[in-house]
Amino acid sequence: MIEAHALPRVLHGSSGRPLDLSTHEREFAPGTGDRTHPALLDQLERSGLTGRGGAAFATARKVRLLHEQRGHHKTVVVNAMESEPASHKEFALLGANPHLVLDGAVALASAIGARDVIVCVARDNPAVINHVTRAIHERVRRARREAAITLHTPPGRYVAGEESALVHWLNDNESLPQYRPVRPHVLRLGRSAVMVDNAETCANVGLISRFGAEWFRSLGTESSPGTTLVSLTGAVERPTVLEAAFGTSLRTILSSARADPDPQALLLGGFGGTWLEGTHVAARYDRATMTSLGADIGAGVIVVLPHGGCGVSETQRVVKWMANESARQCGPCAFGLPALADDLAHLVRATSDGATALERLRARCDVIEGRGACHHPDGVVRLVRTALRVFKHDVAAHASGRACEGSQTGARYVAVPHLERESDLVWQ
Amino acid sequence: MAVRRRSGSFVLRVDPVLCDGFGHCHELAPDLVAMDEWGYPIITTTPTPYADAQELESARYAVRGCPRQALHIERVGEA
Repeated sequence: MIEAHALPRVLHGSSGRPLDLSTHEREFAPGTGDRTHPALLDQLERSGLTGRGGAAFATARKVRLLHEQRGHHKTVVVNAMESEPASHKEFALLGANPHLVLDGAVALASAIGARDVIVCVARDNPAVINHVTRAIHERVRRARREAAITLHTPPGRYVAGEESALVHWLNDNESLPQYRPVRPHVLRLGRSAVMVDNAETCANVGLISRFGAEWFRSLGTESSPGTTLVSLTGAVERPTVLEAAFGTSLRTILSSARADPDPQALLLGGFGGTWLEGTHVAARYDRATMTSLGADIGAGVIVVLPHGGCGVSETQRVVKWMANESARQCGPCAFGLPALADDLAHLVRATSDGATALERLRARCDVIEGRGACHHPDGVVRLVRTALRVFKHDVAAHASGRACEGSQTGARYVAVPHLERESDLVWQ
Repeated sequence: MAVRRRSGSFVLRVDPVLCDGFGHCHELAPDLVAMDEWGYPIITTTPTPYADAQELESARYAVRGCPRQALHIERVGEA
């Protein structure tokens, strides 16, 4: 049993190596809690748990939707793809409590009536693959009576972690997002309904099925109950993954990673996320507060940009990488995102046509938004728009042909992976 | 010939994965479909009433004329 107000929760007992099954059962009371459909659904509903992958969809609603689907061959897919380059939470979570994630997935499976659990880990993440493989073997050796768990390793592309791309890969070995005109849409593996949940969501389900909704709500705020994993990078002493209760102030979170206490701005959510002015460090880190400030918690990513960095060039590098990660299925994404990156590059170089490039950039954002099969282009548009708002002085300087001071030092804070050649982008 | 009055409105929708930017829809339904700088359709999001026979006809032409069969007509709330 973990004390209700104790932190960490999903990272409880982490010691640098994953807990084996018997230690796990000792640390987190063995499968107590009623996991049959109505009981777990009721607990999930009262807990107010929302998906931790970024979209924050209510887990109870998803369970109900999937439970209503007919057929006996439903599947629970655990999304541990960690496609956000700035996120490291799956690495930390599955490196600490793989069995907690699997417990949650198995509980969800019995709640919706699924027989199979599939864990998806990107194939360029061998450490996590090891942890999951070992955990599955331990459970098989124990001959636990539960849903069958298998591991799948799709390619580590950015959009491969999107849920429809994951299911597409499981169906046809192609990590490409699918077009879904009606939402919420029930994804299908062959003919059977699939529920995709982030690994952190599953870990929280594993806790709720043990300790209940009241326990879960004892941390966090009314509208964002529970805890969240935060990946801190950028101007920090050491990149950190920590578990914080929702509603903790940003300043506290930053200080626990010994980050720059007075940053210029924070990149929140992920590469398709939002910029937030550094003046808001006193704000509480929960969904309602962040939304009111025009930011989004997303997948729990925080990248710290100190004074002296150039937000425009950081955004340009991120957008260029995101454009390269487009699956190139939809025209507005395949052509629009490189165009955005190009406009930003003009702006960064502060050439004489900076003002035209800025105007074109704004217009292109409006044209691209909402026209892809998935939300990849929308995320990039959101990042660009918040950058134009948060760094408006630097943007104005760049547009008038004077590069800001930060861009002249050439310092970089957002860790953007290398651009891969188009021929090296593997989708299968 | 009796004209059957239809209630409700429709929007034209495109499957962006299928769409390859042939541009036929813009030619066939210019009021409903604009074109972006890369030749892909920007479809108006304001619903058109089914009673507007001319627009309905051009929307149907666009659906039938799409070489990729990427378009469909979707009914939206009774308005």
